[in-house]
Amino acid sequence: MIFIYTFLATPILAILLLPLFKEKGRGFLFSLVVIIQAIITSYFSIQTLMGQVFEVILPGSLITGPIPIRADALSGWFMLIINLVFITGGIYGIHYLKAYKEKRNSIILHGISFILMHSSLLSLCVIQNGLVFLIAWEIMALSSFITVIFESEKQAVIKSGINYFIQSHVAIVFLTLGFIWVALNTGSYDFKDIIVFTENSGNAESMVLFICFFIGFSLKAGFVPFHTWLPYAHPAAPAHISGIMSGVLIKIGIFGILRMATVIKTDYLTIGYMILAIAVVSSLYGVMLAIVQHNLKRLLAYHSIENIGIIGIGISIGCIGLGNGNIFLSALGFAGALLHTLNHALFKSLLFYTAGTIYQATHTLNVEHLGGLIKKMPKTALLFLVAAIAICGIPPFNGFISEFVIYSGLYHWINNALLVSLVIIIFTILALVMVGGLALLCFTKAFGIVFLGSPRQKINNEVKEAPFFQLLPLYIIAAFILFIGLFPKLFLSLLVKPVGLLSGNEFLTILTFEGKAVQALQPIGWAAMGLIVLVVLILFLRRFAQRKQNIGVESTWGCGYIAPTSKQQYTAGSFVKSYSKFFGGILMFHQKEKEIQGIFPSEGHYESHSYDKIEKWIIDKPIAAYKNFMGKFLFLHNGNLQNYILYGIVFIVLVICIPLFYEKFVAFIQFFKQL
Amino acid sequence: MLSFALIVVAGFFFTGIIIRTKSIASGRKGPGIFQPIKDVIRLFRKGSVYSRTTSVIFQIAPTIYFASVIMAIVVVPFGQSKGVISFNGDFIFFAYVLALGKFFNIISAMDTGSSFEGMGASREALYSMFAEPAFFILIGSLALLTGFTSFYEIFSALHVGSYISYAITVLATFVLVMIAMIENSRMPIDDPKTHLELTMIHEVMILDNSGFDFGLILTAGYLKFALYGALIVNLFIGIVRYEYAIPMFFIIQFAMAVAIGLIESFTARFRMSHNAQFIVALTSVSLLIFFGVLLILGKFI
Repeated sequence: MIFIYTFLATPILAILLLPLFKEKGRGFLFSLVVIIQAIITSYFSIQTLMGQVFEVILPGSLITGPIPIRADALSGWFMLIINLVFITGGIYGIHYLKAYKEKRNSIILHGISFILMHSSLLSLCVIQNGLVFLIAWEIMALSSFITVIFESEKQAVIKSGINYFIQSHVAIVFLTLGFIWVALNTGSYDFKDIIVFTENSGNAESMVLFICFFIGFSLKAGFVPFHTWLPYAHPAAPAHISGIMSGVLIKIGIFGILRMATVIKTDYLTIGYMILAIAVVSSLYGVMLAIVQHNLKRLLAYHSIENIGIIGIGISIGCIGLGNGNIFLSALGFAGALLHTLNHALFKSLLFYTAGTIYQATHTLNVEHLGGLIKKMPKTALLFLVAAIAICGIPPFNGFISEFVIYSGLYHWINNALLVSLVIIIFTILALVMVGGLALLCFTKAFGIVFLGSPRQKINNEVKEAPFFQLLPLYIIAAFILFIGLFPKLFLSLLVKPVGLLSGNEFLTILTFEGKAVQALQPIGWAAMGLIVLVVLILFLRRFAQRKQNIGVESTWGCGYIAPTSKQQYTAGSFVKSYSKFFGGILMFHQKEKEIQGIFPSEGHYESHSYDKIEKWIIDKPIAAYKNFMGKFLFLHNGNLQNYILYGIVFIVLVICIPLFYEKFVAFIQFFKQL
Repeated sequence: MLSFALIVVAGFFFTGIIIRTKSIASGRKGPGIFQPIKDVIRLFRKGSVYSRTTSVIFQIAPTIYFASVIMAIVVVPFGQSKGVISFNGDFIFFAYVLALGKFFNIISAMDTGSSFEGMGASREALYSMFAEPAFFILIGSLALLTGFTSFYEIFSALHVGSYISYAITVLATFVLVMIAMIENSRMPIDDPKTHLELTMIHEVMILDNSGFDFGLILTAGYLKFALYGALIVNLFIGIVRYEYAIPMFFIIQFAMAVAIGLIESFTARFRMSHNAQFIVALTSVSLLIFFGVLLILGKFI
């Protein structure tokens, strides 16, 4: 109890005190609050992972009813991820914002929203009262909106921020609908009553309820086709916020879906296939669009959609296992999903932080303008490389582990499936492999163009490495990435309780995981270590062999051409040219061209921008149609004050008269009926 | 352990046989079978020249590429004997660890800042992406057929019985040979003997490598051939006893090397723009295997 009050009081106190401090004190207070909140919640989270469940019922008010606070293993797992990303993001953010010293007021507001976002995300994991959940959700949506529009003087930032703001409120509409529906039927907002309600109501009704929640949470998580806010909001936000958004904010959508899967008792098989279809499309579509992006952060944002898709594949395997009564399959699916949630939070936040470091050094995120940064920023390059390899799902890093668990689930399922599911499995495997290959294409492009070769454009300021303390949280994340890759079994044993909760089998032990598919994780750890040892060994051998030899330095072989310039290098666009030709049907480009003409040509230019086809059909076209329709009433909006007053009077008269007329109208109908 | 030793031995002569077959087919005498190995030993003793544009990535990439191939060999079994490491789903590790090598190969080509090498890197990244699904579906079908998910168990449980399973084995061999050709950048995807940088894929990526690093890359290539040869051998030997299995291993490797030499002698390279379609077609062949397996298991009612 005392912990809950401390948890609630700390941010409020901090918000009141934060404006009073000078810069140093502010940074200190800010980190203190984040760390206090993290310690309180982590203390309980670790115990929940050991199998304890905490339950406190706050009295609440007349409207909300009692507010149950329940921390189980699922919330524990997500709270730990949130804390890890917020602590590293907060420390990185303090250093990142040093470049904006003159914007004192914005920074204070930013810090306050950051603290609010942290606290609301944590409380979302444990609140089990629908109405209070929505309030916390709203706080989270508003505070994250404010953190996104930190550079609000830029028009693009405001535009993306408002896009995000609107879409996150559309999500709230769906969630509100779901909670009110349950409350109407049961008279309570408690999550436990959702279980009772769905067990007693028909299958179709609980299915619709689940879909309602699923749409609401997917809008946050960024499943296709609900993803369109993501590629705008991530590039607009400052780097630490993009990292946190991609790392944990969209994961709260995943948390919501998982939570609903535990409380809504319905036909899990249908749900599983539904999520599988959406997840496969998300992962493929996300990575396909990521490849053609030229803005580094936008590229990473599309990769978030891809990874959410991979997590979704895990969840759907879990649900299908539940529906089939195959506990082992559902354990594998949920374990893969939860582990990938952690892994994605790690490598994606690392990628965004390094992107932020690049932005601060070069003032651009357009990959076509960069190049050769590894010589000026070797540490950032190394960190980016680690995260890039991890996100491609390549050993010895963590991305491989979670993808491996999901693959194991699919290959386990293949031996227990009938014809239709077999075809589905084989196409899911196909999709997952394609995603891996496309991610490799995408990140060799990103790393190769940004860090390697020679600079493609002159950068006006001096490019230098970020200070050590700014990079420190990044090293911590990178260490985690490697650690999970080397000791996967340790993390899987932490997952026993959350997975047991999700697969509805509380007696699930590590022994279930000792089953055939997952005992593999130990040898994978060994193989990963073996790989590293082998590399080190060969490097020594190489040094030994080269110790007496002449090592020359020359310019790159230009196939006989001796005056190469940096403009002749491969660009990001040309690197993916053959890809974008091949997948031309799915992609979409806006091209602007001015051809060179005449004997004495003056100028010519060519520009191409990729655009999102789904966004065009789902967002742009309906909005255009809506605007067109509303445009017909433009004559009302004529700028005449008298008319506006008239509208007001008409409105008031109508409001007053309608109840009067209503009775007359009813009487009139009655009269007709009697006739 | 046995498989590791055998693959390394096979790697010694595999490329030599290909080159010899090609020279005989074109009416030349050609170099000895061990010439490629002699070349590599010579390279290991040479100094190197590095480009001014390159960074540390260029220095470590060949090492990581070589290590990734070794780690892939480690999981491949030989009939009744397991690989050095064997676990459920080891073929996933196999494919992804090879991807690590590819990743570094590609970025090391980008590191030189040369337009030609960037071109090769772009093609390699695209083609290897298309080749991977075929491999996963092939192994997935075999996993379905046998009910196991590790190389060792799949191969030792693979019994060739009915006509359909003969067809499947033939198709599987075809798919594996083609994957080996794509992964090693041979005909009909890529021509290692072309003299024009614009038409190269793999060769153009390693234009700037020299000395020890170049030796590592070449050795990794030789081993990769023997590696895929070993996978094909495994399709056939199943439960055959060692005294027959080991000679069979070398005979099949030899036959595969000759076959590759002949293919390279008598076909022309595809147009670059047709490569992608060709590789995707490979995926549909492996889907054919999958449906064949469904037939055998009687999943079609």
